[in-house]
Amino acid sequence: MDLIDFIIICIKVVLVFAATMLAVMGMIYAERRISAFIQNRLGPNRVGPKGLFQPLADGLKFLMKEDIIPTAVNKPLYLLAPAMLLIPALMTFAVIPFGSSLTLFGRQISLQVANINIGVLYILALTSVGVYGIVLAGWSSNSKYPLLGGLRSSAQLISYELSMGLAIVAIVLMTGSLRLNDIVSSQQGHLFSWYVFKQPLAFLIFLIAVYAETNRLPFDLAEAEQELVGGYHTEYSSMKFAMFFMAEYANMITAAAFTVTLFFGGWDIPFVDEAAMGNWGALLSGIAFILKTAFFLFLYIWVRWTFPRFRYDQLMNLGWKVMLPLALLNIFITGGILTIIS
Amino acid sequence: MISDYIPILVVFILAAGFAFAILALSHILGPRVKNSVKLSPYESGVDLVGKTRVRISIRYFLIALLFIIFDIEIVFLFPWAVVFKDFLSFGWTIFIEMAVFLFILGFGFLYVWKKGALEWE
Repeated sequence: MDLIDFIIICIKVVLVFAATMLAVMGMIYAERRISAFIQNRLGPNRVGPKGLFQPLADGLKFLMKEDIIPTAVNKPLYLLAPAMLLIPALMTFAVIPFGSSLTLFGRQISLQVANINIGVLYILALTSVGVYGIVLAGWSSNSKYPLLGGLRSSAQLISYELSMGLAIVAIVLMTGSLRLNDIVSSQQGHLFSWYVFKQPLAFLIFLIAVYAETNRLPFDLAEAEQELVGGYHTEYSSMKFAMFFMAEYANMITAAAFTVTLFFGGWDIPFVDEAAMGNWGALLSGIAFILKTAFFLFLYIWVRWTFPRFRYDQLMNLGWKVMLPLALLNIFITGGILTIIS
Repeated sequence: MISDYIPILVVFILAAGFAFAILALSHILGPRVKNSVKLSPYESGVDLVGKTRVRISIRYFLIALLFIIFDIEIVFLFPWAVVFKDFLSFGWTIFIEMAVFLFILGFGFLYVWKKGALEWE
């Protein structure tokens, strides 16, 4: 690795980081606008054209707000918790391939920040680290609502992590690799080589588990407003409060991109050979990836304003008594079919 | 290859720098008007009732224990899944081995279920 390679890496990291932050802001705007349309309201439309600068104004306002640190809190952990949630959330996207490769000045540049051979494990590991942020936020606040929210949330996250991991095992069985690039390239060509058609049950389990993992409705019991005020971030104010939301939206974006990569061919356009088209192929594949991810982000908002919240015992029943056995069964069936056709 | 992980390190430095920078920035920029009521824990505006550090329902500990068991078994499944297709050329052994493993796992799961560890009342 020479200096130019390192500079290319740095440029890619900064560009992906900026794109993630931009996507977070876009997602916050979209969430408020689309929820307004679903409820027959207008939504934010004053700041900038059609209210587009609203997230920016919100961010600035968060920065200028008073930073309240209640006296009862455990200060080091209380300050660390939002950072512990936000850092993994911003790091997860690094392994996801968002296009085929570009050729610039005779150098081949793959559209992916880090092409590591344990991509799937990397994402699973970092989502697990996020749980610490939530537990620490709930516990260190030394207040009742955050404690209950943090407890509920951690139990929910670890329960659904099992089904999510097992659903991914079925994909790994078919690919034989944990590298996300290999998973994408094994879905290239025909439309029906996408894993959503080969592994419909795994897709369903994964999609439901991802909604629980990102604390979104119908699984948002961690911050059930009617019962727990704000859940684990009740005692947080100013930018620390905003950091929880940035982490949540960054997680949603990564989760949508991960869903696309695992089940919808990643950046692949069916029946098109992107590699043969050179730089135009890379551009088209990038656009295809963004459109697919945007669809799943829209689905998040759509689901949020369509379904009611689960009760906590129902949530645990669904996670342990329905999704876990189904995911185990799916692995068994997948292994059996692969053995028979070999 | 360890050089594959250099981008991860760069991403980590950037993300951590960003997180701590905005934490510090909001601490510096915001006004500070303290009073004892504002700094007390939030409890819907009424006087505080009891302590926060109370005993927690045993269910949460059960879930945590079960999670560790099942998560370790998933960890066993990942290497198996990666080499599955390569080992298929040696016959059915790899599938039968994992079927036995899944059967034991399923049996343990049924035991936990029958014992009532998954019930939320």
